[in-house]
Amino acid sequence: MDEIRPYKATELKGETFSYLPPFTPEKIRKHIAYMIAQGWNPAIEHTEPEKLFSNFWYLWKLPFFGEKSVEKVMAEIDECHRANSGHIVRLTAFDNYTQCRGTAFIVHRPGR
Amino acid sequence: MAGKTYKAGVKDYRDSYWTPEYIPLDTDLLACFKIVAQDGVPHEEAAAAVAAESSTGTWTTVWTDLLTDMDYYKGRAYRIEPVPGDSTAFYAFVAYPIELFEEGSVVNVLTSLVGNVFGFKAIRSLRLEDLRFPIAYVMTCGGPPNGIQVERDRLNKYGRAFLGCTIKPKLGLSAKNYGMAVYECLRGGLDFTKDDENVNSQPFQRWRHRFEFVMEAVLKAQGETGERKGHYLNVTAATPEEMYKRAEFAKELGAPIIMHDYLTGGLCANTGLANWCRDNGILLHIHRAMHAVLDRNPYHGIHFRVLTKVLRLSGGDHMHSGTVVGKLEGDRNATLGWVDLMRESFVPENRERGIFFDQDWGSMPGVMPVASGGIHVWHIPALVKIFGDDSCLQFGGGTLGHPWGNAAGATANRVALEACTDARNQGRDVEREGKEVLTEAAQHSPELKVAMETWKEIKFEFDTVDKIDI
Repeated sequence: MDEIRPYKATELKGETFSYLPPFTPEKIRKHIAYMIAQGWNPAIEHTEPEKLFSNFWYLWKLPFFGEKSVEKVMAEIDECHRANSGHIVRLTAFDNYTQCRGTAFIVHRPGR
Repeated sequence: MAGKTYKAGVKDYRDSYWTPEYIPLDTDLLACFKIVAQDGVPHEEAAAAVAAESSTGTWTTVWTDLLTDMDYYKGRAYRIEPVPGDSTAFYAFVAYPIELFEEGSVVNVLTSLVGNVFGFKAIRSLRLEDLRFPIAYVMTCGGPPNGIQVERDRLNKYGRAFLGCTIKPKLGLSAKNYGMAVYECLRGGLDFTKDDENVNSQPFQRWRHRFEFVMEAVLKAQGETGERKGHYLNVTAATPEEMYKRAEFAKELGAPIIMHDYLTGGLCANTGLANWCRDNGILLHIHRAMHAVLDRNPYHGIHFRVLTKVLRLSGGDHMHSGTVVGKLEGDRNATLGWVDLMRESFVPENRERGIFFDQDWGSMPGVMPVASGGIHVWHIPALVKIFGDDSCLQFGGGTLGHPWGNAAGATANRVALEACTDARNQGRDVEREGKEVLTEAAQHSPELKVAMETWKEIKFEFDTVDKIDI
């Protein structure tokens, strides 16, 4: 057994999947396909890093209602990121049956 | 009704309470009992006796029966069925008119249905297997104060299960040391920590001191991680007055969630506290101490699926469901059955899962099942498959027992949960490929790697005592 290792100073995280290494574009594509397969509507939000904790981030355009193309959603993520390079960008999905989000996770984070 | 005349004496129960031609009404409350009758008592007579003693009947004829319309108010045994693979017992189905029960009172329902009848001499043993609450009755109950969707929105957690940990040792820590254990868990990546059920307000740690230190820990971890956190502050107390006093203080400190033990604390207290939580915007975590006393014996007591329905009506946002894979009893199919009863809006009859009746919950919010008891990182792939996202996975020893401490233990669990959730979304079968998924995730998480080495040999493979009869 290894020696006891000290745990680092607490890091700022960002909810779901923020304890995994950043997702590759290939992985993000599969998550988008999963959202669409669940019947959810993908959407993109972004915010200044210092406002991470708020419930409400800037909505990028509108949720992509009925969108079936993974590539179109990927292109929107890139466009949002390019237009807001200093912002945190998260991908989310609205489930209109439960009136809740099916998922939400960060896809771009400045400096990481 | 004129025409009936009074005749003192004793009649067979089946003359009045066995009605095989009866077609239950949509508004009837339906019960399924598993009965072992005394030798020589016919099944119809035993079933009728249970219907009578749990509704309007008594052992002898009384003249005051004729002052009312007993045919309207009586419970009716309307069907009996053999128990598959068991010649000693049979199922009796009983229908009760809705007017027999006070609106919104599961207390009143249980007082009738599992009252005197369980001590009745003509019955050797009796178990309440399932209850169908008509939607008309469901609508009179408050139900979960918030529900799963509201909890997700308040805590900003989407697309994965919640992660919790019960602080150990169960008893004996000072309030400040306890707060330290909470802080380490939450800063390491858990969403919730929990008071163990027997932590109330003992001399070594009075409730007020615990609440203050724990909430300092919650708020600090929340600020540092940028994630929303909570601790189930146990407000279970000796009296309702004391319980509300503790709940009010939790609210004053900004606690998002409190906790109650609904069987030892009692259903009257639980329903009241659920109403208070609804009025005050606070989540309610429910513990179930004493349930195994009532539900574990296959021939006696109340099945957990009934206790589950009763809790959903009385009110609670979380409820312990068992883990299937951990240290505590729980058959997989039966567990899936009562997990559906917690979360779904309509649950159809399904004998393979032990569900005897269709149950319509209407728009009543769902309860989040909590899987807790002897689970660790190696169980996470199976837990993700069994419980899905709308659940709370709680690792007590499986967090605090990590060789490097609580924060590392918390991170190990969080990485494992996120890796399994990610793998599922990528289209992998996480239960079958669990080992590979965890091993891959451990490559970038030394905390998970050590947790996997520590617990790789620990399993809990004992046969289930209470199996489904199919």
